Parts: sequence; structure tokens; C-alpha cells
Amino acid sequence: MPAKIVIEDLSVAYSDGTESLRGVSLSIADRAITVLFGPAGGGKSTLLRALNRLNDLADVVTVSGHVWLDGADLVDPRLDVVALRRKVGMVFAQPVVLPLSIRGNLTYGLELAGVRGRSRLEDAAERALRAAALWDEVRDRLDEPAAALSGGQQQRLCLARVLALEPQVILLDEPTSGLDPISTGSVEATLQELKKRYTIVLVPHSLQQAARMADYAGFVLAGQLIEFAPGRQIFTHPRDKRTEDYVEGRYG
Amino acid sequence: MTAPNASPTPARHRRRVQRLGYAFLTLAAVATVAPIVLVVAHIVVQGAPAISLAFLTEMPRAGMRQGGVLPAILGTFWLTLGTGALAVPLGIGAATYLAEYAPESRWTRAIRVALINLAGIPSVVYGLFGLGLFVLFLQFGTSLLAGSLTLSLMTLPVIISTAEEALRAVPNSFRVVSISLGGTRWQTVRRIVLPQALPGILTGVILGLERAAGETAPILFTAASFFLPRLPQSVFDPTMALPYHLFVISTQVPEMPVRLQYGTALVLLAFVLGMNLLATLIRSRARARRTW
Repeated sequence: MPAKIVIEDLSVAYSDGTESLRGVSLSIADRAITVLFGPAGGGKSTLLRALNRLNDLADVVTVSGHVWLDGADLVDPRLDVVALRRKVGMVFAQPVVLPLSIRGNLTYGLELAGVRGRSRLEDAAERALRAAALWDEVRDRLDEPAAALSGGQQQRLCLARVLALEPQVILLDEPTSGLDPISTGSVEATLQELKKRYTIVLVPHSLQQAARMADYAGFVLAGQLIEFAPGRQIFTHPRDKRTEDYVEGRYG
Repeated sequence: MTAPNASPTPARHRRRVQRLGYAFLTLAAVATVAPIVLVVAHIVVQGAPAISLAFLTEMPRAGMRQGGVLPAILGTFWLTLGTGALAVPLGIGAATYLAEYAPESRWTRAIRVALINLAGIPSVVYGLFGLGLFVLFLQFGTSLLAGSLTLSLMTLPVIISTAEEALRAVPNSFRVVSISLGGTRWQTVRRIVLPQALPGILTGVILGLERAAGETAPILFTAASFFLPRLPQSVFDPTMALPYHLFVISTQVPEMPVRLQYGTALVLLAFVLGMNLLATLIRSRARARRTW
């Protein structure tokens, strides 16, 4: 598997002294879905946020190790984080639409990046909406407030908003936790389609979703990566006892 | 076991206490509203006969016992505008710094304590401070400029604290999302946070300026003049102003027609209540449109 991101011995600690990640190493494959699963509070989100430096907004005090993406070390404090975040997009657990129109949400990131020209922005918006399977539902109401959309539509808009920036990596932190089964199915189908072109890292909201979506999967427990393997293998023949117990539902 | 109605006395007692408590709360509510209604009604009834186009657009004549209050209206207008021009950008800037940029530290806590204390300083102290700094030391003289600067100082704490509150009320998730989409902190503040906080900020601005418009003490030594035969020609000229004019014609001018005193009070009241109404309108319209 060609690796898009290589994480080497990454440790992250918060200012209150709690250690969130300890010595995590793994390779994230290009054009595949990598799932990070495990019990709540284990450090999955922290690991995800290390990939686009959103941890900068939290009170993280120490980071050690390396995260390589296209030859750049994402841990480097001198890194251009704005450029990084355009390359590594993020979808959050709660669909947060910005208080703008549907179109405004889609073009927001591009406008910040200095992209000008109505037709360029509109083309990008349409492409992103089509990729997120939302175009048919909103094509006639692009100027309405995004907040008027349903929860499932809002979350697909959040995904489309990331796609509009044409990133290389998409991070998703429990993107379907607030959605009904139909919307969840739609988002999952979209992700399966998107993985042909993007590197996707997903923190699933359930073990079932982890098993459904994973090309590769890592089990994260108490800040450590316990096991990392192709999805088929880890959910059927886990090597580590702790992974096995979790997958079989003995805790978590 | 006793049925509930087997002991009628406590139940009846509870009902009586309930009624008494309710009556007291109603009285308290009425007691807060009644004075406002009475004051406004009294001034409207007494002052309305004095109001005419001439009263609003003419210079005072005959030792202010005849004619209109135009210079006082314009003076208060210019002073309020000048205060706004100075205090609004400064206040919003300081609030943005406190809410969006400054990390929580001993330094920001000190700023906040200073703001709370500034808001509590009596207005006459601001007046004396303005006299010392702007009128005398900086040699602006008794002028629109010195008065506006003094009123700005007095208004700043109000504007800063309400604006900071409005900024903090904007959900943090908007900031995180904006930054995750490659926004810088400033882009996030300018394109998302400030527009969302704007109605709240405007409300604070208007309430602050309204207080500035109605104050007498800060302009007493810094801007206001007893009587001026002509309107101010520059920011370095002294000015007449409604609150000070009202004070003058109510206490300093013998044989002043009461009608004109009430008329002046009515104009000042309308000015201030009008601003208050505007603030309320902005706030309720923004609330109806808000999506969070």
C-alpha cells in the first residue's frame, strides 16, 4: 500500500498533565479509508486533529515524534498550518454550518484562499455538491441559509465544503453520530465513492460502521495504538487480546 | 393515615401565604414600572405644548426665555456623534482583542478589573479628568473635541464589556470550523464572528451613547456653554447641549417659562428614548434572524 501519511512515535500531552497519545506509529494509505476505533477518551480525536494541527486550538503543551505528509513534518511549529488545513480537510461530529447561505458555506474556504471569480466559485460549489451527493436536493436553493437544511443535509454540506477546497486528505470525526440511518447510509456511500480519489481517515461512531468502512483499521486504547491491520483481518482475526475483547463487545 | 383534607389548617395557611407572596411580587413589578410611566407621562403632558417647529429649529432669544433650542439639540447630536466616532472603533477593537486574541492571563484579568472600576467612576470625576487632560493640558479648550473625548472615556467601559459579551456569545464551533477550512484568526473574526456579534455590539454601542447624550457632568467643564449666540464652527468651539441647557434654564435663569423647561426636557427624553428604542429593535430583529 502506498502511504500518504506516515506517523512516527507521536506523543501528545495536554497542559493539565494528561497524556493523550503515547508513541503512536502508523502509515495511512493513499486512496483508502483508514478507520481509527476504540473506546471514548482513548485519543482517536487527538490523533485525527494532529493531522491538520487543530490541536493547536486546544491546550496541548507537548508534542513529540513526527507526522510526515508529502515530505513535510506536520509537527514542525514553523509549518504553514493554513496551507496544511486546505490540504487536509475535516468533518466534525456535529454538523456545524457557518451562518451563511448554502453557497456561502461552500465557497468560504476558497474565498479565504484568495480564489476570485464568480464562475470559478460556482463551478467548485457544484462539483463539491455533486461529489457529496447533495446537488439534486439543493441546486434550486443555493442562496438560502444553510441552517434551513436538515441534519443529514447539513452534514453532507459540511463534507462538500471540505471537498470544495480539493484537499488530499479528508478527516472525519464521527461524522454520522447525529444522523438517522438513511442519512448515515448516504454519507457512507459517498465516502466509498470518494476514497477512489482521496485519502480518508475516519473515526467511526460505532463498531459496525468501523467494520463496514475500514480498508485499514487501527485500534486506539488509552492513548496507544494497540493494533493496526487491514480491516478484514482486525475485525475477524485480531491478534491482540485487548482488540479481540473490544471487537467482541466485552468492554467499551 | 390522614387524608390531605383531614388537616385543613396548614393547607389554607399555605394558600394564604401563596396569595400574599403573589401580591407582593406584583407590587414589586408595578413599583418598578410606575415611576417610568409617571415621569414620561408628566413630561410629555407638560412639555408637549412647547414643542413646535420653531422650538426645534430656532436659536434661543431674550436670555433664552423665548425662541428655540436648536443649538442645544445640534450640540448634543455632535457630541454624541463625536463620542461614537472615538469610542466605537476603540471599544470594539479592545473587545475583539479581549474576546478573540488575548489569552486568559493576569494581564487580561487586570484589564477587566480596570473596566469594571472605570464603569463605576462618577461622571463628574470624568468631567474633572477631561478638564485637566483635554481642556488644559492638551489645550483643546472648552470644545466639542474635549467633550467628546471625555464622554468617550466614560462610554468605553460600557461598549467594551457589552461587545465582549456579544463576541463570546458566538458559538466556538464556528471558529473551529472556519480555522479548519484554512481561515486565519483574523479572517475568522472578520467574516464570521464580528458579523454574528454585530447586533449585540450595536445594542451596547447605542446604550453607551445614549448615556453619553444624557450626561451633564462630563461636559460641564469640557464642552458646554451657558449660552452661545451662534452654532459651533469647528471641533475646537464650545457648544450648547440639551442636558446642560436644561440644567441652566431650570436653575440659573430667573423668570424662565416653565413650559420651555418641560419642552427641553421632552426633547432630551425623546432623543434618549429614541436611541433606546432603536437598540431594542435591532436586538429583537437580530434574535429573530439568528440561527444558533
